[in-house]
Amino acid sequence: MSILVFIDHSQGVAKPASWEVLGKARELAGALGLPVVGLVAGYGVDGLANEAVAYGANRVLVADEPSLAQFRVHATAAVLRAAIEVTAPRFVLGPATSGARDAFALVACELGIGLAPDCQALGLTDGGGLAADRAVFSGNILTTVVFQGSPQQESTLCIMATVRPRSYAIPPRDARRSGEIMPLGMPVEGLADCEEVLELEPTQTGEVSVENAGIIIAGGRGVKGPEGFGPLRELAQMLGGAVGASRAAVDAGWIAYPAQVGQTGKAVRPDLYIACGISGAIQHLAGLSGTRVVVAVNKDRDAPIFGIAQYGVVGDLFEVIPALTEAFRARLGR
Amino acid sequence: MRFIVCVKLTPDTEELNEVQPEDVGSGDFGVTMVLNPWDEFAVEEALLLQERFGGDTTAITVGDQNSTEALKRAVAMGIEHGVLLSDPAFSGSDAWGIAHILAQAIRRAGEFGLVLTGKQSVDGNSGLVPAGLAVKLGAPFVSEVVSILELTETSVTLQKLVDEGTQTLRVPIPAVISVSKEINEPRYPTFMGIRKASRMSFPAVSASEVAGLDGSEFGAGHAPLQWTDLRKPPARAGKCEFIEGATPAEQAGKLADRLIAEKVI
Repeated sequence: MSILVFIDHSQGVAKPASWEVLGKARELAGALGLPVVGLVAGYGVDGLANEAVAYGANRVLVADEPSLAQFRVHATAAVLRAAIEVTAPRFVLGPATSGARDAFALVACELGIGLAPDCQALGLTDGGGLAADRAVFSGNILTTVVFQGSPQQESTLCIMATVRPRSYAIPPRDARRSGEIMPLGMPVEGLADCEEVLELEPTQTGEVSVENAGIIIAGGRGVKGPEGFGPLRELAQMLGGAVGASRAAVDAGWIAYPAQVGQTGKAVRPDLYIACGISGAIQHLAGLSGTRVVVAVNKDRDAPIFGIAQYGVVGDLFEVIPALTEAFRARLGR
Repeated sequence: MRFIVCVKLTPDTEELNEVQPEDVGSGDFGVTMVLNPWDEFAVEEALLLQERFGGDTTAITVGDQNSTEALKRAVAMGIEHGVLLSDPAFSGSDAWGIAHILAQAIRRAGEFGLVLTGKQSVDGNSGLVPAGLAVKLGAPFVSEVVSILELTETSVTLQKLVDEGTQTLRVPIPAVISVSKEINEPRYPTFMGIRKASRMSFPAVSASEVAGLDGSEFGAGHAPLQWTDLRKPPARAGKCEFIEGATPAEQAGKLADRLIAEKVI
């Protein structure tokens, strides 16, 4: 018995959400008296296996193959399935990243395992089973997903869950920690070329995605056009944050869809969300429930966004945002 | 080539916030129900593929009689055939159960080129059914597709979103794809389409009429997980402190000081 954690990465660099999940897994494993087993799949990923130990894995299984050099979902799913067969884990946890989400879904369906996707909190039931909180109805309702069955089954059967980025803090890294690193040690079927990756066009370098961002500067109808995002982008860059948008701005074609926050866009969990020229439709607010501090900048003092904001500035965003960039630059020495 | 779109009847996004936790299990949310907005992109893409490559289009759904509304919308947009899979035994099925039912019905209908779905439903939000369909059909799966570049008798070349950017890949067909919002701009139903849809009947296909259905794979009793403690998200404690000042620079300065003091920067 163990908790198996899938470590997702880009070219050997872990996605931060992988460590967030690993940290939480270690806590759950401590309560249950189980070891945490990390799973690393890729090519030339020894360093990542060492990192997984430093972040808290007791043991790391490594599938290191040229055919895994690029992320391919079916090959990754085959590795994950093999690791589940080898370790017979109690829970299989991973970050809700693009690749892990899909690989988890494929494996869970193949093995007939229950999967709770996109969770925002994990806990334990009285019987030692997994209790996974997730948002449904596009952020309008929360539920705790639990295993349905006898207590006996709950304590023996496997459950899978993926966890949204920024749901937990990254655990402290301790390079002195020791752990066993071993090859997966079984031939993995299904690595064959059913899927051929032809190209990967990265998002513009330096741009942080809204799901992973600690700070989001978001624009709505009030930014008035694609150029209107310029001042927001400057502030975001200076603070190391991401640029987000309301559906109105995305539908108008001012910014690409991956920036959209809300019910039909991304659910975000930043420390700081600065809403610029966003009126605050309930559909937009549905994506903000995990946010620590919301700041609203709007010309209209009666805009609903002020009803959920901690700080409000009534004014013209084209004056306030550049001034804010200057104010932070002066105070932070950047 | 046959293009199959799997659709679902869901709440209208404008009314999602009105769904009450206590109504979630009842099947009647007390709000306007429409074709899942994400599925509109899948319907549109099937129509575009038919225009580019020929072939025929079918929409298929699992649900009660009300779900014909989802099929009607798809037909009104231009889909040719609609299949309603409806049986009391289906209710309470989880994603893997629904995938099994859909997959058997798709198999029963003969050969197909692509199965398309929206990236997820606006109610369940899991995106698990498309992946489950691929598993049950033994077909490759590609999620969050934003562009279909090429379709041949044996493969499809497409672009999908990944965390790192946009990936271009090729998989053999038949395949299952879920599509994302950037892929197209769904058309509005035409008057002729609406008339055609209103005249079309969608006889319910029951469990006994779908060959190869395995009763141990669907229904409430075969879902390993359940949703408990349904609740509204906690309201944001909102007492907005307005930052006043004679000039934007003064307001910005005060705000920056507050945020630094709050340690969010």
